[in-house]
Amino acid sequence: MRLAGGGPVIPNFGQGSSCVTGDHAFCWGWVKQHWGDTLGPALAQHLEITAIAVGIGFAIAFPLALLAHRFRRLEQPFSVVSALLYTIPSLALFQLLIPITGLGLTTVEVALTSYTLVILFPNIVTGLRSVPADVIEAAQGMGLTRLQVLTRVELPLAVPAIVGGLRIAVVSTVAIGTIAGIEVTTKGLGYPIFNALQDPTPFKTEIYSAGALAVALALAADATLVVMRRLLVPWARRTA
Amino acid sequence: MTVADIANLHTFVDAFRFIGDNPGFLLTKAWQQLELSGAALGIAALVAMPLGIVLGHYHRFSTLAIGASILGRGLPSLVLIAAFLTLLGIGFVNNMVALAVLGTGPILTNAYDAIEGADRDTVEAARGMGMTGPQVLAKVELPLAIPLLFTGIRVAAVTIVATAPIAAIAGGGGLGDIIVNQASYRLAGVLGASLCVMALSALVFLVLVGLQTAVTPRGLRRTSVVRDLTT
Repeated sequence: MRLAGGGPVIPNFGQGSSCVTGDHAFCWGWVKQHWGDTLGPALAQHLEITAIAVGIGFAIAFPLALLAHRFRRLEQPFSVVSALLYTIPSLALFQLLIPITGLGLTTVEVALTSYTLVILFPNIVTGLRSVPADVIEAAQGMGLTRLQVLTRVELPLAVPAIVGGLRIAVVSTVAIGTIAGIEVTTKGLGYPIFNALQDPTPFKTEIYSAGALAVALALAADATLVVMRRLLVPWARRTA
Repeated sequence: MTVADIANLHTFVDAFRFIGDNPGFLLTKAWQQLELSGAALGIAALVAMPLGIVLGHYHRFSTLAIGASILGRGLPSLVLIAAFLTLLGIGFVNNMVALAVLGTGPILTNAYDAIEGADRDTVEAARGMGMTGPQVLAKVELPLAIPLLFTGIRVAAVTIVATAPIAAIAGGGGLGDIIVNQASYRLAGVLGASLCVMALSALVFLVLVGLQTAVTPRGLRRTSVVRDLTT
């Protein structure tokens, strides 16, 4: 992509300012020039794959956690399986999924969603478990049914822990999502980095700018969730 | 089954055949990966463990310990590896440093939590018996902290071993060499190596869980090891 800048004979880095051709530490010019065709779209796509993965992951983990909360025996098998699942290296998982789900978004989402499950499920279960027993007893004593206890007492009190799980899930999904850039067509912020690494002398600005965007995206998403928690459960402001 | 499905099935059969045909080569690559991971884990533990223990003992700088864990999760491994490649050049050292940085997060956070969270009553009882600060640390806080200290090591080890294949793009060697080089090893090799990488990570995880159970003081065993598997 950088080579398409229209240099005369020798392929050069983009429009070939001295900063770019000399591969200085960081070239703002390159970032500005390629925001529209490389960095901006990569950032938008990264946000998209993260949002889809965490969204689907939550939609699966939440009912499973409710089940495990209701039937305690289910929890331990699921914990062991998910701990093993989390050990699968992302690079290997993407490669192994490609023959099955193809080079597109499906592969990325299947892999990323699996990783979010491992984080979300235990956090939601822990959140539900941590509701003090006397609070639940008081609710039962007031005549609340089991469902009412869940929706009016346990779930609201578990919100901080659930949001805590979501924060970890979002941050790690942004990080793991960069690996998706290696093979699949859904590029995200990993693609500019892999692209730069194809060169014997990798172009530093491309690596640094895409990397900084990935970290910034993770931090911004994390901050958004913190704000969301404060709006949802203003009384829990002091807990982590 | 469609034709495409059968073709896909074949690629996995070929992958297993690749493993069967090249056991020595794959073992060499796996050993390379373990060497790189071991070096990175060693450095991470040497730096992060004492720091976490000391900070936890004095109940100071909790934001640093929490920040390390967030940073550990939020810093994409690919970005770390690529960035250190530009700073330190291609090869073993840049990857070792990048992987070590990844490992410091869980080790530091868990070491801090382990010491800082040691039962207050027990610690006060030890002080009441006339123990000095270092004695409290060595005889009370550290033994109580063993399970969580080991959790940090385990999480870091699994993270590092699972990330090490990515290091292949920066000259790290190991099984990742095969995964990122489809041109030479074909799809069968890429998938075969991916399966080996999975097996290796799972093996490291299981060995460390076993070790953790073994080193955990008997009285703490029931409560800790299984419960924190997913942390």
